[in-house]
Amino acid sequence: MRFLLDDEQREFARSLDAMLTASDTPGAVRAWAAGDTTPGRALWSRLAEAGVFALAVPEPYDGLGPLPVELAVAFTELGRHAVPGPLVETVAAAALLDRLGDQDAAAAWLPRIAAGKAVVSLCVPAVGSPYALDPDATDAVLVVAGDTLLLTEESGPVQPSADPARRLARPLGGTVLARGPEVAAAAAHAADVAALVTAAQALGLGRALLDRTVAYVKQRTQFGVAIGSFQAVKHRLADTLIALEFAQPLLHSAALALTGPDGPSAGREIAAAKVAAGDAAYAAARAALQLHGAVGYTDELDLSLWIRKARPLREAWGTPAACRARVLTP
Amino acid sequence: MDLDFTAAEDAFRAEARAWLTAHVPAVPLPSLETAEGFAAHREWERTLFADRWSVVSWPEEYGGRSAPILRWLIFEEEYYAAGAPGRVSQNGINLLAPTLFEHGTDEQRARVLPSMASGEVIWAQAWSEPESGSDLASLRSTAVRTDGGWLLSGQKTWSSRAAFADRAFGLFRSDPETGRPHQGLTYLMFPLDAAGVTVRPIGRLDGKPAFAELFLDEVFVPDEDVIGAPGQGWRVAMSTAGNERGLTLRSPGRFTAAAERLTGLWRDGADPSDTALRDRVADAVVAARAYRLFTYANASRIAAGESIGAESSLNKVFWSELDIALHETALDVLGPYGELSDEATEAPAHGSWAEGHTFSLAGPIYAGTNEIQRDIIAERLLGLPKGRR
Ligand SMILES: Cc1cc2nc3c(=O)[nH]c(=O)nc-3n(C[C@H](O)[C@H](O)[C@H](O)COP(=O)(O)OP(=O)(O)OC[C@H]3O[C@@H](n4cnc5c(N)ncnc54)[C@H](O)[C@@H]3O)c2cc1C
Repeated sequence: MRFLLDDEQREFARSLDAMLTASDTPGAVRAWAAGDTTPGRALWSRLAEAGVFALAVPEPYDGLGPLPVELAVAFTELGRHAVPGPLVETVAAAALLDRLGDQDAAAAWLPRIAAGKAVVSLCVPAVGSPYALDPDATDAVLVVAGDTLLLTEESGPVQPSADPARRLARPLGGTVLARGPEVAAAAAHAADVAALVTAAQALGLGRALLDRTVAYVKQRTQFGVAIGSFQAVKHRLADTLIALEFAQPLLHSAALALTGPDGPSAGREIAAAKVAAGDAAYAAARAALQLHGAVGYTDELDLSLWIRKARPLREAWGTPAACRARVLTP
Repeated sequence: MDLDFTAAEDAFRAEARAWLTAHVPAVPLPSLETAEGFAAHREWERTLFADRWSVVSWPEEYGGRSAPILRWLIFEEEYYAAGAPGRVSQNGINLLAPTLFEHGTDEQRARVLPSMASGEVIWAQAWSEPESGSDLASLRSTAVRTDGGWLLSGQKTWSSRAAFADRAFGLFRSDPETGRPHQGLTYLMFPLDAAGVTVRPIGRLDGKPAFAELFLDEVFVPDEDVIGAPGQGWRVAMSTAGNERGLTLRSPGRFTAAAERLTGLWRDGADPSDTALRDRVADAVVAARAYRLFTYANASRIAAGESIGAESSLNKVFWSELDIALHETALDVLGPYGELSDEATEAPAHGSWAEGHTFSLAGPIYAGTNEIQRDIIAERLLGLPKGRR
């Protein structure tokens, strides 16, 4: 047993972090929110070059995967940098198409997903939300309705999310890609993958919020001293760290569970990771906002890009209540 | 990265499970915080020791099995899953023994450890004083040099299980001249039945004499009972404190077993429409699981040669809050029966939830209060400036 990331996985995380740090992701997030996806798509291509999407695609279709642990590592970094776009949905769509057993559909989409050429949104209203994420910025929107898989081209008007970089719309109509029990099974697996990488994003988001807040409270002075020397401030940040530190191993073991056969225990582990990471990230956002004071409550500071994501990530692909119920499912 | 056990580890687990199945008392022992329960638990320690299960991680020469940390974790999981009794020897095993392994002499180890492992000598920790709790270095009890040893005087308090224990270990001020609180302290062991020692039991919340205060009046301790160098007591003590908060004091098996029992309790009796209660059960289950996995990650780190420092404060806050959450939730699931104390004949599960709840409430206080742990986390792990303390 060695329940720690290996050197290669850590190096992968470090290199993604460095690449995203150098990429003005806040600029891409703001542009995406305003409907300009050009910088976001450029970022997407760089992520594809780094191999992020290939992790969700099996080797016969030009991928490296599926590698859930590496996906969790990558999505932690994507969350840390608040990268915009249907990242979760694209890897979940890859998982679905891989499981479907329909070689034509897989051949049509998976190599393009791996190469970063196809941005795909996925909507499974039965387990997630009735809205597709960013349908106006994608190459395809897949919708699962019961045991039917649809490819939709049209969607309703954008319904603004609490996070302006998440553009939500209802998919409308569509053509049938597949039908049958294998659709429901593949969709359930895809939803698990989506929940896992959403949890990873939340964890990374929380870590970024904590890092930024620690840096801020060290330099902001009031009453003649750094506010980070006040115990009420310290203790809140200590609690933030505790929640994040204990969510991380849940995430990693959930990813390991997905490398084995699907079963109730994998589902429980993913739900546990999702609930812990979602709550930890939201608590980190609350702490970040509080400890930045009024400046944290503005949309001018980039911090707001992270703060506003915390709540949506907590709800997406498994609400806290749904996850908690699943944790206790025998 | 994996969570796989080797065939040898699985075999070790099976061996532990089989032994526990054959030996764990069918009826839970009385509370170890009572005279009768203390004696019964001491007897249980002997049973464990006879088959070398009392200190699996110790070297074989002292009665252990030289088990690496992962096997110790496996043993503990099986131990608590089997519903085995609480460990009355825990202060000695978790706090004094690691100190002796690190700072003691061969002679001290050979003399002290086997009788500790067998439960023949039960140890109490004598650190706190009435005026020195969180600010332990302000302690005032003294050790004065005399022929061939030291004379201890002063008052210690909150000493767990000292009401029934045999010996104690603690810190004394041997050089009041240094002017620095952390210097001039000496770490010593002493008998609780020695001339000059008065033990006054103190009732905890439920009235049981779970701890005691110790009055010391020129109690003679020979030089061979000094641990480490005289005057270096603080350094010696701090290595023990890390053990206390970190991995060894509260193993995950204890909480995963409690989470299992809580889930069973909830499935058997709770109102399924009470989703608020369901959520709390789920949170306790998730936290117990997180604690187990976090510990596995730490075990991997230790196996890779790294050491755990201030990170042990993360553990301490987490397990103490988890323990309370588990027990509070269980009492709420029990509804009207949750009020019954462990002495009520109709208390569910032999009162183990009630007694466990009482015990859990102390978790954020002992082993360094959670406020102090949060300071350590903020300053040493997050790098925030030191405040006044
Ligand atoms: C069940 C139990 C068993 C124990 N067993 C033992 C034992 O076997 N041996 C032994 O030596 N001791 C034992 N103790 C004592 C324990 O170590 C002390 O209670 C602990 O160190 C706290 O000291 P105190 O009780 O004097 O509280 P104080 O230090 O007086 O603290 C009171 C409150 O003030 C807070 N506080 C103090 N300083 C600060 C600060 N700088 N910042 C923020 N908050 C602060 C504390 O966190 C606490 O909430 C035991 C205690 C309990 C409850």
